[in-house]
Amino acid sequence: MSTAIRWFWFASPQTFYPLAGAIARVSAVGAALLVAAGLYVGFFVAPTDAQQGEVYRVIFIHVPAAWMSMFLYVVMAFWAAIGLAFNTRLSAMMASAIAPTGALFTFVALWTGALWGRPTWGTYWVWDARLTSELILLFLYLGFMALQAAIDDARRADRAGAVLAIVGVVNVPIIYYSVQWWNTLHQGASVSLTRAPSMASTMLAGMLLMALAFWLYSIAATLARVRCIIRERA
Amino acid sequence: MSWGSWGEFWAMGGKGFFVWGSYAVTFACLALEVYFLRRRSREAKT
Amino acid sequence: MKPRHKRLAAIAVGLAALGAAAALVLSAMRENLVFFFTPSQVAASEAPQGRTFRIGGMVEKGSVQRSGVEVRFLVTDTAKAIPVVYSGALPDLFREGKGVVAQGQLGPDGVFRAREVLAKHDENYMPPEAAEAVKRAHETAERAAKTLK
Repeated sequence: MSTAIRWFWFASPQTFYPLAGAIARVSAVGAALLVAAGLYVGFFVAPTDAQQGEVYRVIFIHVPAAWMSMFLYVVMAFWAAIGLAFNTRLSAMMASAIAPTGALFTFVALWTGALWGRPTWGTYWVWDARLTSELILLFLYLGFMALQAAIDDARRADRAGAVLAIVGVVNVPIIYYSVQWWNTLHQGASVSLTRAPSMASTMLAGMLLMALAFWLYSIAATLARVRCIIRERA
Repeated sequence: MSWGSWGEFWAMGGKGFFVWGSYAVTFACLALEVYFLRRRSREAKT
Repeated sequence: MKPRHKRLAAIAVGLAALGAAAALVLSAMRENLVFFFTPSQVAASEAPQGRTFRIGGMVEKGSVQRSGVEVRFLVTDTAKAIPVVYSGALPDLFREGKGVVAQGQLGPDGVFRAREVLAKHDENYMPPEAAEAVKRAHETAERAAKTLK
């Protein structure tokens, strides 16, 4: 029972505010350290790739950014749904706070993918299922943000955004499984839960370090933004 | 380590434009987000 | 702006975002979910006739012939192979035995005239020494299989 009370206590924006600040600071420091470690492993420890040569090193930001773009959308839709169902203020604020960071990582995944595609595939962009569904994800994030920005009443903005976020969540499994469901130019996953990764271990280490760094960065950015939202709405 | 010199490192096997273009834009985006967040938090406090 | 106008604007923006997403999904469904056809599908006339489409498969080993800017090669899915002719720059990762996606039209002579050739690489990343070791292991296995026959 006591834990339930704690949770409700933190669900109040005013009590969450200082906690969010503390977590954000720690995460920001952790993210900076992990980025440094990830870049070091990625550029100085991981070997050249046999097929692609040095250009494969884009993977150390491309894959973590793509993971974050999908993961953040699911978290955003989760908080939006909680906010819609239980009418909790903080959940809706969390959803709004996640969107810009999610959109940023989606853009980064698309941008680095284009710069990686040109020298390897021979094109910056193709309309294959993986690339198209990731572009749709960017539009979903931007649509969510535009919709919320266009509605003055915060509660109503939260509700409208939540509906869009929840409907859009079907796109996430489409992105993830697109390379298996359809013929795509994009290759399959190198790292998945169901089988051993098809990468040299130092390459994998660099990628996982960067993924962890982006995780902590996202936590820091989201919590810093939720603090702004709490103050603005107070 | 795959680099004999800094020149080789920056060249990235002739694919420097694509590798460094990716990294530069990514970190520029992150830096911009941090900048806007700081500005917003300053404005929210006043 | 009046609140009523604001609400209208919000609905418009939301609808525009949803519309853009839906349009992309639909256009993807129409042509790109089948991003490419396999040589077997082309041989079975499942690919569109007289229209631009893509074929995908592996560049058959030993099939690449260059004459000037023109390149001829076979795209195979191990069951069927389609001859492709292309003139232009090939991507770095275009190699025999590796994946390829070509966009163009199938001629009446059964030769696919490509306007664009893209390389489709696999999801394996390893250092050159490891790749060399894998290749050697394959060759040894093949030799062993041959001597056993």
